[in-house]
Amino acid sequence: MTEQAASLPPKPPFWNDPHIRAIVFQAVALIAAITFGWRIFDNTQDNLSRLGIASGFDFLSSSAGFDIIQTLIPYSAASSYGQVFWVALLNTLLVSALGIIFATLLGFIIGVARLSKNWLIAKLALIYIEIFRNIPLLLQIFFWYFAVLRAMPSPRQSLSLGDTAFLNIRGLYLPAPHVQTGFGWVLAALGIAIILVIMLARWARQRQMATGQSFPVLRMSLALLFSVPLAVFWLMGSPLHWEYPELRGFNFQGGLVIIPEMASLLLALSIYTAAFIAEIVRAGIQAVSHGQTEASFSLGLNSHLTLRLIILPQALRVIIPPLTNQYLNLTKNSSLAAAIGYPDLVAAFAGTVLNQTGQAIECIAITMAVYLTISLLISLTMNWYNRQVALVER
Amino acid sequence: MAGSYTPHPDLPPPANVVGVPGWVRRNLLSSPLNIALTVLALYLLYVTLPPLLNWALFNATWTGETREACQTNGGACWVFIQVHFDQFMYGFYPEAQRWRVNIAALLLILGAAPLFAGRVPNKLKVRLGLGLLVIYPIIAFVLFKGGLFGLPAVDTRRWGGLLLTLVIAGVGMTAALPLGVLLALGRRSQMPAIQSLCVTFIEFWRGVPLITVLFMSSVMLPLFLPEGMNFDKLLRALIGVTLFQAAYMAEVVRGGLQAIPKGQFEAAAALGLGYWKIMALIVLPQALKLVIPGIVNTFIALFKDTSLVLIIGLFDLMNIVHNATTNPEWLGFSTEGYVFAAAVYWLFCFSMSRYSQSLEKRLHTGHKR
Repeated sequence: MTEQAASLPPKPPFWNDPHIRAIVFQAVALIAAITFGWRIFDNTQDNLSRLGIASGFDFLSSSAGFDIIQTLIPYSAASSYGQVFWVALLNTLLVSALGIIFATLLGFIIGVARLSKNWLIAKLALIYIEIFRNIPLLLQIFFWYFAVLRAMPSPRQSLSLGDTAFLNIRGLYLPAPHVQTGFGWVLAALGIAIILVIMLARWARQRQMATGQSFPVLRMSLALLFSVPLAVFWLMGSPLHWEYPELRGFNFQGGLVIIPEMASLLLALSIYTAAFIAEIVRAGIQAVSHGQTEASFSLGLNSHLTLRLIILPQALRVIIPPLTNQYLNLTKNSSLAAAIGYPDLVAAFAGTVLNQTGQAIECIAITMAVYLTISLLISLTMNWYNRQVALVER
Repeated sequence: MAGSYTPHPDLPPPANVVGVPGWVRRNLLSSPLNIALTVLALYLLYVTLPPLLNWALFNATWTGETREACQTNGGACWVFIQVHFDQFMYGFYPEAQRWRVNIAALLLILGAAPLFAGRVPNKLKVRLGLGLLVIYPIIAFVLFKGGLFGLPAVDTRRWGGLLLTLVIAGVGMTAALPLGVLLALGRRSQMPAIQSLCVTFIEFWRGVPLITVLFMSSVMLPLFLPEGMNFDKLLRALIGVTLFQAAYMAEVVRGGLQAIPKGQFEAAAALGLGYWKIMALIVLPQALKLVIPGIVNTFIALFKDTSLVLIIGLFDLMNIVHNATTNPEWLGFSTEGYVFAAAVYWLFCFSMSRYSQSLEKRLHTGHKR
């Protein structure tokens, strides 16, 4: 025993012991971080009291006194700053959600076009991608807003599409649907149709498991989804009324208005993000080796089933994580709305409210917290979905 | 003796599978769907290309001094760009001092050119690169700012145009990479306190939009600092941009660190190297090589994001072009202005992405099949 102990190398001095070093380093880092935080807090307290700004969230209940050009919930100049927050948040969510939908559609189409066997189509898709992802988003927003939509004619000379939709400097005017009594039944029919489709899919699956016979679920489901609500719609005597925009005096009245700020933001966000999504889709499809397709064909699956059962599930596994990142980016990029005055969270809340009240810390903190929450929610949802499609290994 | 078997010479391939007709048939007309797609693509080109070319080239006005030179035939008015060109490049930098910017640009080009040449020895390249990263910013700063060596001082508020865009992008890139590497190492560290500090920092900056960061740096930073201490606007923007990009860079570098097998760390430790030597000599060279595309992508994103400083009132390329389009004397030429700015941004971003692709190919050693 003593011999062994003697042959061991001498213990390193304590300042070279990794455990002690780790503790010292961490203590130093923590102390530095806490001191830094405390200094900032202290300075802020000093500065606030010197400037006479009362901190706290009381300002949220006082009256805002300014108008907002697009509100999804009731709002007037007499509403509180708290109400401004909700209006602004809904505007952000609206433009992000629409942007995600359009960008995904456009991105998938262009990504598939990039892989087309047709040389022209593939090259056009490549040109689209290379042009739009290499130009700053803000520049694209400005282009659509100042060079295109602000250059539209006045309401009297609007560009019209069959006298139902009008485009002018005030925005895009579309017919607005107005529901009338009895439309609830149509919605109920749609709900019943969805339940029927779920039951049908379950039954078809069980039958295929038991007997091996397949059932055209997709076609039948589409037929059900369309026919049942349409039949009820017709039976109830078309309880939907379209209100067309009309030129009265100098402006259009009625209808659904998409303000130019929203339109240009949406256009730029969708076009820009679609270029990135297209590359992700291309990479995802290319990641599935050709052997998979060949093996599937040799098993006797047709090209439709090969796509649905073999290629897509494997491609989605590669596509989902970077796609999530793009959705997050789009949501965060929607904050560029501030540059053209679309009343989103940054423009209306971190901009106007901050300038009016001077509550810089509270406004910025709330805004950042909202974006952090949205980021977290989107990544949680997508992680959950990712787990559903992930490879199940031994 | 029957005649020996002499095969006919091979027939040439049919005329419609080789050459141009064959290519067209294979790539454009192979199936009914393909034919339809070709027609669609040709129609798209027919609708967009001629008006675009007419506007940008054939009907455009190229020479002149005032806006009266244009306004003729619906073409672009490039006179607008010509008149404002110096402003777009230098912003409000005093005209008599612009040679300083030119010299700095020339130095950068001269210093960077050998890095792209094939024949220069690698050791020289590394030295030049380090010089560009460490010494060049100091020279450039002295040249731009002045106030030393008899150069008249130029306030940062007068910097603008492409100059300012490149300053923000350059400082952001050179500062964000080392900071990002440190953050990534911290995130992979075994020490819980350091790891959680780094994770918090990274996730916070990645979760918020850059625009709120810039808002914060312009509105909140003055509140954080002790009374009487204040930064100029450019420095505040630079701090915001750098911290923001460092968080993204950290995630890219972490991807590379995770791809290095554990054996490399263990082998290096077995050789008796300490932590920093393991990282600097063994792990980081391999990890950074793996993530070059990601790093360049972050640089491209940073370059595009510099346009956001417009929000806090700095006159970078984007803002100065926008400002010129609202000039009452030159109203109505916003399309030309934005197209010009887009072309400049595009040129930088596209060449960066091409360079990253070539670098990736050149550095792709070892696992080539």
